Amino acid sequence: MDMPKPDAKVMAARDSIVAKLRATVPDGVIDDKAETRAYECDALTAYRCSPLAVVLPSTTGEVSAVLALCHAMGVAVVPRGSGTSLAGGALPTEDCVVLGISRMNGVLETDHENRFIRVQAGRTNLSVTGAIEADGFFYAPDPSSQLACAIGGNIAMNSGGAHCLKYGVTTNNLLGVTLVQMDGTVVEIGGPWLDPAGMDLLGVICGSEGQLGVVTEATLRILPKPEGARPVLIAYNSNEVAGACVADIIKAGLLPVAIEFMDRPCIEATEAFAHAGYPDCESLLIVEVEGSPAEIDEQLARIKEIAFRHDPVDYRESGSEEESRRIWLGRKSAFGAMGNIADYMCLDGAIPVSELPFVLRRIGEMSAEVGLAVANVFHAGDGNLHPLILYDANKPGDLELCETLGADILRLCVEVGGCLTGEHGVGVEKRDLMKVQFTDEDLEAQLKVKDVFDPNWLLNPAKVFPLAVTASRRMG
Amino acid sequence: MRPVDEMELSKFLRLRDGPVHVLGGGTRRLGVVDGDAVDSSAMAGVRIYEPGALTLVAGAGTPLDDVVAVLAAERQRLAFEVPDMRGLLGRNGASTMGGVVASGAAGPRRVQVGSCRDHVLGLRYVSGAGVVVKTGGRVMKNVTGLDLAKLMVGSHGALGVITEVAFRVQAVPEAEVTLVGTRGLAEGLAALRRALGSPFDVTGAAYEGGAALIRVEGMAGSVAYRAAALRARLGGDWELIDGAASAARWVRVRDVAAFAGRDGAVWRVSIRPTDAEAVVEGLDAEAVFDWGGGLIWLLAAADLPVRERLAGRGHATLVRSAAGMAGVPVFQPEAPGVAALARGIKAKFDPKGILGPGVLG
Repeated sequence: MDMPKPDAKVMAARDSIVAKLRATVPDGVIDDKAETRAYECDALTAYRCSPLAVVLPSTTGEVSAVLALCHAMGVAVVPRGSGTSLAGGALPTEDCVVLGISRMNGVLETDHENRFIRVQAGRTNLSVTGAIEADGFFYAPDPSSQLACAIGGNIAMNSGGAHCLKYGVTTNNLLGVTLVQMDGTVVEIGGPWLDPAGMDLLGVICGSEGQLGVVTEATLRILPKPEGARPVLIAYNSNEVAGACVADIIKAGLLPVAIEFMDRPCIEATEAFAHAGYPDCESLLIVEVEGSPAEIDEQLARIKEIAFRHDPVDYRESGSEEESRRIWLGRKSAFGAMGNIADYMCLDGAIPVSELPFVLRRIGEMSAEVGLAVANVFHAGDGNLHPLILYDANKPGDLELCETLGADILRLCVEVGGCLTGEHGVGVEKRDLMKVQFTDEDLEAQLKVKDVFDPNWLLNPAKVFPLAVTASRRMG
Repeated sequence: MRPVDEMELSKFLRLRDGPVHVLGGGTRRLGVVDGDAVDSSAMAGVRIYEPGALTLVAGAGTPLDDVVAVLAAERQRLAFEVPDMRGLLGRNGASTMGGVVASGAAGPRRVQVGSCRDHVLGLRYVSGAGVVVKTGGRVMKNVTGLDLAKLMVGSHGALGVITEVAFRVQAVPEAEVTLVGTRGLAEGLAALRRALGSPFDVTGAAYEGGAALIRVEGMAGSVAYRAAALRARLGGDWELIDGAASAARWVRVRDVAAFAGRDGAVWRVSIRPTDAEAVVEGLDAEAVFDWGGGLIWLLAAADLPVRERLAGRGHATLVRSAAGMAGVPVFQPEAPGVAALARGIKAKFDPKGILGPGVLG
């Protein structure tokens, strides 16, 4: 992974930078090498780099002061939520200050009647729902790291989750933010109403991967909890047929909250690991619907009718909490199971749902050509694939082979009308593939937005855009 | 100027140094236009439609009616319930998809499914500098790069000329029922908020003509169940209307039919639902409430100081001006920091300042 050469001037001024940070946030600066190691990577652990220092502010005012200070000294800043990015979105550079928002985790306001909650951006995703569920509400986006990941990180990456088929991703559930710009300017964008007054700045801030500013507070849309939910498991002997079933369910106008897909390599690995009792089949769908018991029955009757048109090898409707748990058990253990048998790289391309059978077949062929196994587990309803490429980190050349196959699979996703990343973000991981999806003009238009928010290009360096594309701007 | 494709449009905008305005069907444009028209009508046609993937890609000049018809043939629709503004604004013509997107139009179902911006998967545009740009794509989930489509939706032609849009579409539900309850304003608005806070998946919550309206849609059994559950939870008398009668009632709300052909200024106010009653109390204006009270349409005399009345509790767009309002901006002026960002973006997208000068940013 190429990273820009550290700024010698900044490296030389390290002590003075740390001293000034300490004067700004007296109890929140970490510069001891042993301690900054905890911040040297996020969940993309293949890449690591210790930052110059870490600062953990407690208020928007402190964030503003830290950014203004770094701006004045020409120091790059890497914002960090909980460090759960799978794309290296919070990977430090040697000459940067990591700005962690984890201390800012409070609930500022809950308003059930107007259906919003305002929180500090370091609050974890799950604890947002935790603050309102006793009153019958929840916050919809549910990335699988929801126990740990911060709302600020969710906003930066526009996180999704298993239930976004019905409820949308972060951008569809975000009403407003307090944003601190690199020069320390604090702006309030949006608010507890549905439409922007003018330009939809909130829309471009969400998913901007820390390129435009640091979000310190967020106003989130909350929803009343459904009365109940029930999954069904449908097994097929071909990926094509399973894909066709998914398309038919969607076309029928049914709106399950989730349609998850697992293929044979994934099913076998999870069976060996979690013993969920999944059937012996090529591909497996988990479809979950919500509502009152009668509404669930009505929806499942329709889904069953569609599923049987495609001749399933097994069909299991949950009849109890325990059965629901077992149906989800394998899916939820899938990543752990794969990690148990091999090292793996998790891809995140998205494709038109109609291309599912073709893309799965091609991935199978590509996997065989390269000689690395690929397991598929993903959100089928919205075409967001998660091919897991298995490799052996101890075998020389295997990681490189895996990276090449990964890039080829993502190219395939783009070729069929899809994109490089459906919910994980570009980060450093897919930075150099951006030209597969975008022309120079497309990218330049994005860079121009960054120019407006961060004209000196100090925020979250070396992410999202290919280094060559941003070189002239980064050099000032 | 009526470009047949992006190339021709790009060439035109690269050379152009005077003001132009983008023209779709001219049915929902706000404010005063300046300069020559760039007519998008030749860049028309449904280019991709995959009912099984719930996606449709159309040229910006495609008439809305054509898209509605193509979707209806597969029992699908645009979920965000596009308002027909012709009656309210006193316009003729045929609305285009580019116009729908540039105005960020959305109707009553916004409370459940989101706005136009939430159903645009990606789009193509030619910037004020004549640069052809694509952003987003045609898949349901996409976080690849900055989401410039969000900037373009609702940009009212101030940032670029939209040439093609990919939409997420929705299956038409098999049934809809509306609860109609004659109520005073306070009681009616409170009922809307309670309905939206219930688990019964309300897809419309409006107050118009002395009645609270609450809509549920979906499978027949589910709709019947939820309508009954809402009636029980909310208490009091509710009349149930369904099918075409229900649909017609929501078209009235969507298009603000109550104000069509009437004199006065029309404002569109975005606020917290619980502020709705206080905002209109004692105000010399007629009001239609949508989105559970979060959207108020006001019909008022030219001199009514609507923005002062809000006092920071939200914002107001001047949808239809009246005589004597020449200096009143269409969009509510924003805080200096936000306005500076919008100006900065406008300057990058339209460096010559030729696209709808003064509209946004």
